[in-house]
Order: sequence, then structure tokens, then C-alpha cells
Amino acid sequence: MIMPGLYHILFISAALFFIGVYGFFTRRNLITMLMSIELILNSVNLNFIAFNKYVWPNKLDGLFFTLFVIAIAAAEAATAIAIIINLYRSHQSIDVENAQDLKY
Amino acid sequence: MDGSTIIFYLLAALILGSGIGAVSSRQIFRAAIYLLFSLIGIAGLFFWLQYEFIAAVQIVVYVGGIVVMIIFSIFLTQQAGEKLPAQRTDRKLFAALAAFCGLAITLLQVFQFKFIGTTAATVPPTVSNIGNQMLGLAENGYALPFEVVSILLLAAMIGCIVIALKSKPQSI
Repeated sequence: MIMPGLYHILFISAALFFIGVYGFFTRRNLITMLMSIELILNSVNLNFIAFNKYVWPNKLDGLFFTLFVIAIAAAEAATAIAIIINLYRSHQSIDVENAQDLKY
Repeated sequence: MDGSTIIFYLLAALILGSGIGAVSSRQIFRAAIYLLFSLIGIAGLFFWLQYEFIAAVQIVVYVGGIVVMIIFSIFLTQQAGEKLPAQRTDRKLFAALAAFCGLAITLLQVFQFKFIGTTAATVPPTVSNIGNQMLGLAENGYALPFEVVSILLLAAMIGCIVIALKSKPQSI
């Protein structure tokens, strides 16, 4: 085992991103799809912080982008859950296969 | 091999292991708990990188806010103890193939590139540095994006209330 550095964190971040992509492809329940999106957003945060620490330690820009991403992710999750609860009220299901009213 | 390295690999195993659990568990509540541990692992990695403020924000917003909200919405929309229906095997297979190919291409590109760090003086990510720059109006200040994000949060809050309102039956 070698001393972890930038490339190790980039590996974790890429692997977490594609785990989230896999979940987004396979899941058919809206809440679990939202959870996959949270994983993807977190991998992006990890990338920003790692680049800020190892490549440009003289600036704080990556840290600010991480803060903004966290704020926007919170807003996105709240809106998505409001939509999901509303969809459950009208369709009694949160499966994407059953939400086809706009399809035809 | 010192303690810091061991902690890094433990955190990496926690993040990736519980991330895989979060996307593959067929019990939705268990998937939410796996997601919780993955987010805690990422907060630990931020602590390991000595970005304590971001780690604290991660714990407060994600672990304390978003995961709790997801668990509430699971309670509101799922029957207890019911498993998610199994996914078709071919769909799983092609999704895994697509994710693996994407990961392979990304890692090939990343490991071929040589990142060269700057040699300028380090700005420590202390809370006073963050606050001064975030609300600063001078060059490299982040006052405008800060205001834009606050308006976005206000709009999202009003939007959530409007969407989730129960529509009252029209009384004649």
C-alpha cells in the first residue's frame, strides 16, 4: 500500500460516480433513483475538494463550488420529494413505469 | 504505512461498499441506511483532507437533512416490509456494462494525465478565510453567487410548499 494522494481520491470519486450511474439505470423506484443522484453529486464534491487541496491549494474556489453544490442538492432533494409525495397521492405508486400520463 | 494511510483505506472501503449496498439492496429502507453510511464516509474523507468546515456542512446538510427527508418520504410512500420488485437481468447486465465501461474510460484518461500542483503559498481553509472570501465584494469574492443561491433556496422552499399542498375539494 502506498501513501494515498490525488489519484486515489480521483479513483474513489470515479467509482462512486459510476455506482450512482448504475443505480440510476437499474432502479425503477423514484426514491431510490433520487438516492443514486445524491451519490453522483457527492462524488463531484469529492473531486472538487481533492483538486482544491492537491492542485490549487492557493485558492478556495473548489471549496466554494462544493458549498454551492451542497446547497443546490438540498433544494433539489426537497423539490423532488415534494413531487414524489404528490405523485404518490394521485397514483398510489412511485414507480416510474406507472407515471406515464405525459407520455402519449 | 502509518495510521493516516490505514484510515484512508478504511474510509474508501466504507464509501464504496455502502455505495454499492445503496444501489443494489432490494429493501428500500436498508438502501437508505447504506446511503447514510456512504455519506458519513465522505464526510470522514473531508476530515481526512483537513477541510473541517466542508465536513461539518456535509454532516449537517446530508446526514442530518437529506437522508432524514428521504427516510420520511419512504415511510410516507412504502408499505412496511415490502421488497422492491426484482429488476430484469438483461437490464442489470447492460447497466453494469455501461457503468464499467464508463469507469474504465474515465480512469484511463485520469491516470494518463499528470496533474502538477501550484507552488504558490497555501491558503488554509479556515472558517475566517472562507467567510471573508464568500461574502467579499472585492476581486474573487463570492457575494453574487451567494445571493443567487439564497434566492434559489427561497424559490425551492415556496415551490415545495405549493407542490405538496393538498388541494381542497371545491365547496359550492
